Amino acid sequence: MNLTLQVWRQPGPTAEGGLKEYKATDVSPDMSFLEMLDVVNERLIEKGEMPIAFDHDCREGICGSCGMMINGVAHGPSRGTATCQLHMRSFRDGDTIVIEPWRARAFPVIKDLVVNRGALDRIIAAGGYITAPTGSAQDANSIPVPKQDADASMDAAACIGCGACVAACPNGSASLFTGAKISHLGLLPQGQPERYRRALSMVAQMDIEGFGGCTLFGECQAACPKEISIDVISRMNRDFLRAAVTKPAERSGGGGDG
Amino acid sequence: MTLQLDARIPAGPLAGKWDRHRFEMKLVNPANKRKYTVIVVGSGLAGGAAAASLSELGYNVRCYCYQDSPRRAHSIAAQGGINAAKNYQNDGDSIQRLFYDTIKGGDFRSREANVYRLAQISVNIIDQCVSQGVPFAREYGGLLANRSFGGAQVSRTFYARGQTGQQLLLGAYQALEKEIAKGGVTMFPRAEMLDLIVVNGRARGIVVRDELTGKIEPHLADAVVLATGGYGNVFYLSTNAKGCNATAIWRAYKRGAAFANPCYTQIHPTCIPVAGEHQSKLTLMSESLRNDGRVWVPKRKEDVGKSPTDVPEQDRDYYLERKYPSFGNLSPRDIASRAAKEACDDGRGVGPGGRGVYLDFADAIKRLGEDKIRERYGNLFEMYERITAENPYKVPMRIYPAVHYTMGGLWVDYNLMSTIPGLHVAGEANFSDHGANRLGASALMQGLADGYFVIPLTIGDYLASTKLEQVGADNAEVRAAVAEVERRTSRLLGIKGKRTVAQFHRELGRIMWEYCGMARDAAGLRKAMELIPQLREEFWRDVMIPGSGAELNQTLEHAGRVADFLELGELMCRDALHREESCGGHFRTEHQTPDGEALRDDEHFAYVAAWEYGGEGREPVLNKEPLVYENIKLSQRSYK
Repeated sequence: MNLTLQVWRQPGPTAEGGLKEYKATDVSPDMSFLEMLDVVNERLIEKGEMPIAFDHDCREGICGSCGMMINGVAHGPSRGTATCQLHMRSFRDGDTIVIEPWRARAFPVIKDLVVNRGALDRIIAAGGYITAPTGSAQDANSIPVPKQDADASMDAAACIGCGACVAACPNGSASLFTGAKISHLGLLPQGQPERYRRALSMVAQMDIEGFGGCTLFGECQAACPKEISIDVISRMNRDFLRAAVTKPAERSGGGGDG
Repeated sequence: MTLQLDARIPAGPLAGKWDRHRFEMKLVNPANKRKYTVIVVGSGLAGGAAAASLSELGYNVRCYCYQDSPRRAHSIAAQGGINAAKNYQNDGDSIQRLFYDTIKGGDFRSREANVYRLAQISVNIIDQCVSQGVPFAREYGGLLANRSFGGAQVSRTFYARGQTGQQLLLGAYQALEKEIAKGGVTMFPRAEMLDLIVVNGRARGIVVRDELTGKIEPHLADAVVLATGGYGNVFYLSTNAKGCNATAIWRAYKRGAAFANPCYTQIHPTCIPVAGEHQSKLTLMSESLRNDGRVWVPKRKEDVGKSPTDVPEQDRDYYLERKYPSFGNLSPRDIASRAAKEACDDGRGVGPGGRGVYLDFADAIKRLGEDKIRERYGNLFEMYERITAENPYKVPMRIYPAVHYTMGGLWVDYNLMSTIPGLHVAGEANFSDHGANRLGASALMQGLADGYFVIPLTIGDYLASTKLEQVGADNAEVRAAVAEVERRTSRLLGIKGKRTVAQFHRELGRIMWEYCGMARDAAGLRKAMELIPQLREEFWRDVMIPGSGAELNQTLEHAGRVADFLELGELMCRDALHREESCGGHFRTEHQTPDGEALRDDEHFAYVAAWEYGGEGREPVLNKEPLVYENIKLSQRSYK
């Protein structure tokens, strides 16, 4: 296959960027999308030019490093597929493909297709955990967890933190990401003690980071490579609302530094 | 021999060693812990768990990863599960059995005391992870489910669908983020360690390049932990993530840390075969699939071109079931990989180039129904279909062995400290627990054992029993280390040759796979030891790295890693050549039993080969740590 690429090139965070055209020739349909970019980059390097910068690592759809807008769609045309798992057989000979970085206020561009997603880490740091210091655990089977709950929790926990939901959302909202973590932990008995506190602080952090609000477009679940359902957002909203209404005053004393 | 290899194994009976050691170790009192700074390089299961746990204890922790977030460390890609001697299935498991299975699985080339501790700690890991919210698979009664893995006849593997590594890593990552928010851990993402700083013989820091600005700076501490993973990418094609590299441990080696058993490489039997020249990495299909999938090739060469469904039952060779009736499709990885290679070498391989065997689920689907199989392996089947465009519910998967894990790594004592005082090494980066072959679902166990339960204690013992002087950025040894990294970086950028880094990497991988892969012999290894230095020389003369060092430059990052692989590859061949026996993943064709199994030589090779850097242009020095078995009788490994 022979393809024409329009790729966003931007030398640095404050530099101006723009689309640049490249020819991708002799592309095999068995190549992954990133392998196709590898070939283009190899040719650029041979000419002494800077290759197209993009984040990638595991190339098996689990680390969440890769991600780009492909013809305006986060991770491209295949449903439930991260960019690294997208294969060139999804395209046709002669196609023109437009490749851009994630676009969101909270994800500033670093270079070409590389963006800063540190905001997602800070949302987790705000409360996306269960406080269980090493060594403090009881026997793993001492609290039975209904299989349905464990399975639903796992569905939400499958999030790879790639940021496609944010990039796909017209508001640039991180609600699917945050809702997934709130659901993963909130569906388990171990997650109950911090459940409402977690919802309050993670939602607050989303606002601080400059993510937009959720107006239920549903674009996020369509773009999610792990097909996480928008139901997690409803769950987040319920937990947040309940927490906001019933928020007990936090008192010190009685032990613990929480 | 110039090094003193003291493994510092506590005295007393095996089962009581760790307990006794924990009592004998010195403690740092809570108020003093915050006066110490510990550097942790790597944020995977070992590094993430160590950083979080050290911070919970009160130490100042600085944690580094090359990815944009600690959650992306390659532990995330582990699929199948994590072993623990819980015996929840009442099928005869115990700490002793997990210990024995691991030593035997490693072909009697690991250290008894370390492995026993690993088996003991395994039960605490599962408790810890469940309390953090890891959504392990459960039965309808709400209790934890288990499955079987290779090399074991009990069900002791805990799992979270086909994403166990992801879920365990997220547990550690969330604990790490919790500590970052509290201020106990300072996180440095997109940061690469390019050298180790040794002052007065002790590890006191690292030289780091900020990948975004290119700034090269010293980061100082009271102790350093390397948890930087394995070096499988020396083969170019492996199941490792593209960024996985040996630079941190290789730099430490060149600063004086001994490198143990570099030739012990695990070739995983079930990976998706290579599709073409453009291939950039290989994708694993979890070993757990061998619980329900049956491995076969046609009995006759004439049948390899046929569609698998056209090969009738009596014309199929289920070679693992035939050769190893008691373990069958769940034979250990090294054995299953070699058997696949044998079948393909025999001209009975399937798919492009004849480098593939079938992994067939037809029987399991008939027995359990498609839904049950989907529940167990759905995400793996989808991944397979995305990559190959074939539906494994309808046609058997095609699989072939690929480089997956490296058992070798920096030599460490019982405290996980290297031969450089103050430098500790955890997870795949060390050599300690898997001998010459790692069993499935044991990497996650080891990473978390090291990170949660061993390092946090042994670091305390080191700090409490060591007097450390103040070291600042103006110290002569610190300045020299930084200058060395700067010199090397500008040398790389200044070559401006004609060939790309990837071309050199691919060529090195080809040499390593050909001569230091699944089967090795003296002539081939000698040849590789001629080819690699030539390639290295060409690299330093003709590599092309565009751009500068003062910006995000992914080609420069890759070049530095390949430069180190070009040295490490030679050491691997040297080690493989010196080890005149076959054991586990190290198969020397000169040393095999009449029926083609690995033939060990316990009389001459029951030791850890710890290589010591000899200096620029000089040969490395071989040091030996004898392996003493007091509790296990060495035997010919049999899975028949």
